[in-house]
Amino acid sequence: MSEKKLAIIATKGTLDWAYPPLILGSTAAALGYEVEIFFTFYGLQILKKDLDLKMSSLGNPAMPMPMPVPVLAQALPGMEAAMTSMMKAKMQKKGVASIEELRELCIEAEVKMIACQMTVDLFEFKPSELLDNVEYGGAATFFEFAGESDVNLYM
Amino acid sequence: MADFDSELDASGLNCPLPILRAKKALAAMESGKVLHIIATDPGAIKDFEAFSKQTGNELMESREEGGKFYFLIKKG
Repeated sequence: MSEKKLAIIATKGTLDWAYPPLILGSTAAALGYEVEIFFTFYGLQILKKDLDLKMSSLGNPAMPMPMPVPVLAQALPGMEAAMTSMMKAKMQKKGVASIEELRELCIEAEVKMIACQMTVDLFEFKPSELLDNVEYGGAATFFEFAGESDVNLYM
Repeated sequence: MADFDSELDASGLNCPLPILRAKKALAAMESGKVLHIIATDPGAIKDFEAFSKQTGNELMESREEGGKFYFLIKKG
């Protein structure tokens, strides 16, 4: 069986959006794919050693809520933290893996993680803040792998 | 029920953890050995079929009993 390849671009850094690249990346690796994920812009948050991913119901009208909350009230201080802990508790209860766990599984499965050098510089992230096994590269680095991939996903 | 060599209890775990744990368990086993998996995630039924097809590990059995799902996978 020749090895298939999956290339993902991860651009978002909220708790909910950190899931798709890590779930698909780890699963594809388990199915025998060679996987590379290119983290750019807010997606870089997923590579931080100290993860502090949050989510908000604000600007996210499709998020199921236990009760209706007016949009203005969703902007109140503490709402973002409340939404984040509500989601984390729900995920734990349902047996959904944590981002930390999925990220570890990706590393174990040798998923290659590339941090976009341009946005690392833009946001002034230090390499010491990001995981040690992260590689750094640009658009051309991504295409080197993406160009010969069977599946390319943008998230 | 057929005999098996190793067992993995993935009860309470949700997608994609049962598949990832199964992959890890199979990696530690020799070819021809059989892994018994217990799961509670209803998505696992289709996922283990797909896993088996794509990885060349034979899905020998897939059944539901009392709200749990049981799988036998032979390492290819």
